[in-house]
Amino acid sequence: MIKKKKITSLLLIFVMAFMVFSACQSQQVPDSDSTNQESSSESDSSKDVAKEEKADQIYFLNFKPEIAEIYDKIAADYEEETGVKVKVVTAASGTYEQTLKSEIAKSDPPTIFQVNGPIGYQTWKEYCLDLKDTKLYSFLTDPSLAITSGDGVYGMPYVVEGYGIIYNNAIVEKYFALTDRGTEFNSMNEINNFDKLKALVEDMQAHKDELGIEGVFASTSLSPGEAWRWETHLANMPFYYEFKDKEGYDDSILAGLASEEIEFKYNQNYKKIFDLYINNSCTEKAMLGGKSVNDSMAEFALGKVAMVQNGNWAWAQIKGVEGNVVDEKDIKFLPIYIGVEEDESQGICVGTENYFAINSKVSEAKQKASIEFLEWLFSSEKGKDYVVNELGFIAPFNTFEEDEKPEDPLAREVLNWMEKDGMKSVPWVFAVFPSQNFKNTFADALLEYVQDNIQWEEVVERVIESWKVEKAKGE
Amino acid sequence: MNKYMCKYFIIFVLPTLTAFLLSFLIPFILGVLLSFTEFTSIIDAKWVGINNYVEAFSNREFVNALKFTVKIAIVTVITVNFFALVLALLLTRQLKGRNIFRAIFFMPNLIGGIVLGYVWQLIINGVLYKFGVTLSYKPEYGFWGLVLLMNWQMIGYMMVIYIAAIQNIPNTLIEAAEIDGANWFQILTNIKLPTITPSITICLFLTMSNAFKNFDSNLALTAGAPSRKTAMLALDIYNTFYNTLNGEGVGQAKAVVFFIIVSAIAFLQLKLTRRKEVDSL
Repeated sequence: MIKKKKITSLLLIFVMAFMVFSACQSQQVPDSDSTNQESSSESDSSKDVAKEEKADQIYFLNFKPEIAEIYDKIAADYEEETGVKVKVVTAASGTYEQTLKSEIAKSDPPTIFQVNGPIGYQTWKEYCLDLKDTKLYSFLTDPSLAITSGDGVYGMPYVVEGYGIIYNNAIVEKYFALTDRGTEFNSMNEINNFDKLKALVEDMQAHKDELGIEGVFASTSLSPGEAWRWETHLANMPFYYEFKDKEGYDDSILAGLASEEIEFKYNQNYKKIFDLYINNSCTEKAMLGGKSVNDSMAEFALGKVAMVQNGNWAWAQIKGVEGNVVDEKDIKFLPIYIGVEEDESQGICVGTENYFAINSKVSEAKQKASIEFLEWLFSSEKGKDYVVNELGFIAPFNTFEEDEKPEDPLAREVLNWMEKDGMKSVPWVFAVFPSQNFKNTFADALLEYVQDNIQWEEVVERVIESWKVEKAKGE
Repeated sequence: MNKYMCKYFIIFVLPTLTAFLLSFLIPFILGVLLSFTEFTSIIDAKWVGINNYVEAFSNREFVNALKFTVKIAIVTVITVNFFALVLALLLTRQLKGRNIFRAIFFMPNLIGGIVLGYVWQLIINGVLYKFGVTLSYKPEYGFWGLVLLMNWQMIGYMMVIYIAAIQNIPNTLIEAAEIDGANWFQILTNIKLPTITPSITICLFLTMSNAFKNFDSNLALTAGAPSRKTAMLALDIYNTFYNTLNGEGVGQAKAVVFFIIVSAIAFLQLKLTRRKEVDSL
């Protein structure tokens, strides 16, 4: 009798213990359908061995929240066509590294993830599979765009993007039609250096009421996490010229990567263009700390301002603003002139900070399935259709024909600028900026500068110091 | 009976113990171990000894964050408990609609810190707009903004604890005091406060540890702006961990230091106020 009781109680305890365990486990995997598929880490590893030849699920950790929904559609289509389930998880804006760090340690890690350039590759190199022998690599129009190390190819660029000063041609034309304006320009083609840009902008600002705008430039957004257009994109300009001046390197990116310290030689040029932005804006200087990128894009879309610095990805955002008054044919790019000799032959900034990497620590079957998915996306008719028409990527692959270029006006402008005779596109050297911390320090200094808490000299000092400190941490 | 208890003790404790081990003790030990390593994800750690700790303390931002957190903690512990006690004293009197008031004061506590942070950011920026500045203009603005937010969030909760304690005071004591001719102030200092000392201990402890551990509202309200001068410890740890190259180990080391500080303060405080409790009873 007693024994029977004992056995029952023991059984009960096991059941309870099991419940506790299973409760813990389902918490570890947030996605409900992945729990069904791979209910425990044990069976996961045994499964990997069992189905060596075919993986039925791959996991893509997406970097761009703005196009997350399109990826979901692509995944559904791909599953229908091939039977391979693509699990797409999108990291919230600005949290990609965090998400990747926690996801990659799980039993079901991402099989396709993204690194943001040579620096990102340094962090993730243990996880990046060599893609040298893939078809995908052979599709690249310019193999030098890929992230390589030694003989291996570890990061695959999949979209080329460009940024500059976006302007609303309708407003500029309206200015050219004014009778009492103070400049002689008759077309934006004449604006080919900083001084001309400055003259134009300042005179437009003076006539802002006649033009029906609140300022020439949209708000220089400086609230925390919203300053990347300045600490990354605009900062690209002075550092590009600084690294270009260095002797003994093949290109400016390699020179930047090798720089333990920087001089910030062109800081006055940076200040010039930055001051132009903040002094001819629709928002008072002291209020910029509360503005976000969305605010600026909305100001532009609603026709409250004539210019905004951003890239071709912004078109979706501009189009999406309710009450958008900007016509598709009026939206154009102007290079960011910072007042150097090369201004007149300088194009817009073209490059990429989005590279696909395949997780080298998942089963071979999953790696293969992941590569196949990417190859499908960038070479099949259906995949290409998505890339061109929905994602709006300017894909750097030779599988795309001349008529398969994106429709959106800014992407077309990027291509125009890339093809203009005698214009040299500025590469994205910001890929070598040592860390997010460096960029944050830069942004913090800019914020204090616009609020008149510190002088420009201190901004320069902090940037130089931060580069040195952050670079040393990477050793 | 006792023998039975001993026999089955282990078996009954086992489920809870396993859960505790899995979700708390093992991660905690792992965390401490990781603070001595350099790692990207927890499966590829390399041992580096106490390097991370050296780096954490030579980091100016960490020391700044520590100072800022201590300042916030001191100010909020005083203000939160003061206002909570005052409200509790008011709302235990015969007041019309006191239950509604209690509910209203408690409600902010039910809203998450991130939401509160953004809401207060909008409110404060809206007010500061009139003066042509924003919350990130000076660290002092962020400081008082945070204090305001944390008061608003925590007062209700502490008030409920105080109300429960005050209602537990035997009426006979107060009546006797009134008959003896004590005025309200004497009743407060000689009867009410001494009898609710256990609650004061709990509230001080809760506000103190809440203030030290604050992360979400700090992130949403200021995110450290300007120049990380309003970043509290938890936010600084987060920044080190995620935004610095190879910062994971250092972040982990800071987190261990953070744990030691918080537990030391909590321990000391508990001990000090406990002694008072014994005295008073």
